[in-house]
Amino acid sequence: MIGITSVGAYIPRYRLSGEEIGRMWRTRGKGEKAVAGYDEDTVTMSVAAALECMKGLSAPEALYYATTTAPYKEKQAASIVAGACDLDKTCRTADFTNTLRAGTTALLAAVDAVKAGASSAIVTASDCRLGAPMGRFESALGDAACALMIGLTDLLASIEGSYSVFGEFSDVWRTSKDNFLQSGEGRFIEEMGYLPAMREILSDTMKNYSLAPADFAKVVFYAPDARGHASIAKGLGFDKAQVQDPLYDAIGNTGTAAALIMLVAALEGVSPGDRILFAGYGDGCDALILRVEKRPSGRTMKDRLAKKVNIDYGSYLVWRDLVEVEPPSLPERPAPSLSSRWRMRDTISSLYGFKCRKCGTPQLHPLGQIVRVCVECQAKDDFERYKFSDKTGKLFTYAIDMLQPTKNPPGLNGVIDFDGGGRMICELTDYDLEKAQVGMPVQMTFRKMSQERGIINYFWKAKPIE
Amino acid sequence: MESIKDKVAIIGMGCTRFGERWDAGVEDLLVEAAYEAFEDAGVAPKDMQAAWLGTVFSGMSAMTLSPLGLQFIPITRVENMCATGSEALRGAAYAVAAGVCDMALAIGVEKLKDSGLTGVRGPAVVGDNPDGSACIGSGYSAPASFAYLGTRYFHHYGIDRDEGKELLAKIAVKNHQHGSLNPKAHFHNVITVEQAVKAPIVAWPLGLFDCCGVSDGAAAAIVVRADMAKNFRSDPIYIKGMAISAGARQGSMRPAYDYVHIDENVFAGQQAYAQAGVKDPRKEISCAEVHDCFSTNELIVYEDLGFSRRGGAKEDINAGAFTLQGDLPINTDGGLKCFGHPLGASGLRMLYEMYKQLQGKAGPRQVKNPRLALTHNLGGNAGAGIGCVVIVGNELK
Repeated sequence: MIGITSVGAYIPRYRLSGEEIGRMWRTRGKGEKAVAGYDEDTVTMSVAAALECMKGLSAPEALYYATTTAPYKEKQAASIVAGACDLDKTCRTADFTNTLRAGTTALLAAVDAVKAGASSAIVTASDCRLGAPMGRFESALGDAACALMIGLTDLLASIEGSYSVFGEFSDVWRTSKDNFLQSGEGRFIEEMGYLPAMREILSDTMKNYSLAPADFAKVVFYAPDARGHASIAKGLGFDKAQVQDPLYDAIGNTGTAAALIMLVAALEGVSPGDRILFAGYGDGCDALILRVEKRPSGRTMKDRLAKKVNIDYGSYLVWRDLVEVEPPSLPERPAPSLSSRWRMRDTISSLYGFKCRKCGTPQLHPLGQIVRVCVECQAKDDFERYKFSDKTGKLFTYAIDMLQPTKNPPGLNGVIDFDGGGRMICELTDYDLEKAQVGMPVQMTFRKMSQERGIINYFWKAKPIE
Repeated sequence: MESIKDKVAIIGMGCTRFGERWDAGVEDLLVEAAYEAFEDAGVAPKDMQAAWLGTVFSGMSAMTLSPLGLQFIPITRVENMCATGSEALRGAAYAVAAGVCDMALAIGVEKLKDSGLTGVRGPAVVGDNPDGSACIGSGYSAPASFAYLGTRYFHHYGIDRDEGKELLAKIAVKNHQHGSLNPKAHFHNVITVEQAVKAPIVAWPLGLFDCCGVSDGAAAAIVVRADMAKNFRSDPIYIKGMAISAGARQGSMRPAYDYVHIDENVFAGQQAYAQAGVKDPRKEISCAEVHDCFSTNELIVYEDLGFSRRGGAKEDINAGAFTLQGDLPINTDGGLKCFGHPLGASGLRMLYEMYKQLQGKAGPRQVKNPRLALTHNLGGNAGAGIGCVVIVGNELK
């Protein structure tokens, strides 16, 4: 049987509240939206979700990355994610983009891949959409990522059926020149777009499989907002208890990731044998019928939402490049060299260093150079690759650095000693400054570095283990 | 292996006023420092048989020295990060010791303030390629890499944050006090411990007064065979020991490195002491200039060079041991903190002060009856450094 074998979700720790947005624009706002850190994007969040999802499993043979906010217009993001996850080069990678439905479409493609013989396939869905300041989408759109592994054994939920329709409809869009989400008139896009389409896919899917609302423990589906969500649930005859909370009050509408994140949350609240009706929306709909096999172990959605830090509106503007700020009067750092980054691709993508075959010392060069001579025993060219990205470590010493280029000053950087050996000097991220101390346990996280001209300079930072 | 001891003498030195020298270009700084040295030695530019020029950013080749108009002699441009000035001296001194020339010029210069920026650009920003292009591009600053020493030192020796900040402040207060007595220094203001402790943070635990000045300047030395020195002046200064130790980034890669000392300092110090025959540096060294680019570095250098016992810098600082009134005055000219830090010039600037001290010409900063003086110059940072120690004396024996 084919189904979901593992789940992962990444909710960035930062929140912007409706109240804070309201303070800026003298409006009344409520709820909160999750905001990606200044050094995060859909690629880094997808890596975080995928690494959580893949933990302890054998590597997937396909990785599909779904988003409407890929960092590049031309250049695949799935291969960056696959590289950071240290997948084999034979892993099939693809980007699914340009529609909010990309998440469920990628999921169905992963199911097809496994049906066609792949041992497993992973799907990531993530978004960082921007609503224009002072506009209705500003407080509505949140940032997050989700990952689901599709495979054949040890299932969390089997996939009993699916049904998809396409439907060209201009409700929300961004042309290649738009920074902010555009949309049609509110009632029109709801009454003639989302509501009939979602109603139809849910009821037709149930009809196709001769099932009724009472046959489902949970119904999980995308909606543009909480009101639309409630309206669908009521119209189709599901009770409140059956309807999965869209989490929009807590993290906002996370776009491509939204339905999948709801599904991850729903899987925590069901029992083996239960059915879930699940649907994504965007230029049509995809629906799936899932049968629960067991509950996921590990972190719950509640755990993932628990650690949060509210930011002010000014930080939000700066992090999302919505305001021009005075450049520091410090010398500009050099632009990344593509050829040197290519030579160091192993280190950059999944933080590979070296382990001396003679003395066994793990080592990572601070300049990002290839280690040719062992720092411990001076043996030449006698190394095996050694991965640091999955190692935890401890902060040996640090500086709270006002001169570090960061959009969330002051910077924190320091010397990390990895458990199992090896040392790295690097930036930290997602820290509480007052908790910074010698000996603090850290893990590695894939982020965007501040120095990026032309290309996006992804690399690894350390973050406190909470 | 022979020691450099007593083979080479310094017969003339020059040093410009350091600071934001809007009035002076590289050419002006070079001419100002070199001609002070020529006049001090009573020699002419045409007497130079070879020259070593140290600069990190202010020129690429030997021709950077062309403002002096030297006529077709061998000139070598050297670079060893912040130890570049000492590197120029090494080249000139070794050439004289080798007998390939009898008189050579060592000169260092840096013009940092034409950039229009407040900091120092660095091709060797950690995470970048040495050619200036970036590979990984970790964004931490130069002060941060020295802040690591402070954070770890405080942790290692159980010094709380307030006490640690105060300890660093006392080093800055001392150097400002010394700098205030020096017309050539970049800064002349006297500060209090409270001012230093409360100053804006640059890279915790380093505040504004824990960080040296970004300055323009040049310094020069004329070296000759020791046996010729008295032909030029009655009070030449002799090189007693000179050692450099370059790390291979061991500290940045090996968890065994503790960030409360710098191996490169220790090795350079031990070699220079051995050459000079110094057994007890605290007693035998009369005064020293050490590399206080950040006050944490001066703190650990006290211990690395054996002026204080390991972990004992605190008691020596609190006792005022390294002030002009103490038993081993350090950074009598204000140090990098107050005199300023034009990278390529600093090593020779340190030597200039020790030269003047040993000749009894340091004016209000004069140390009583100095015999042996030391300069310590550090390139790079903790974990990846170049330590250089030079010992000079005013007696030949």
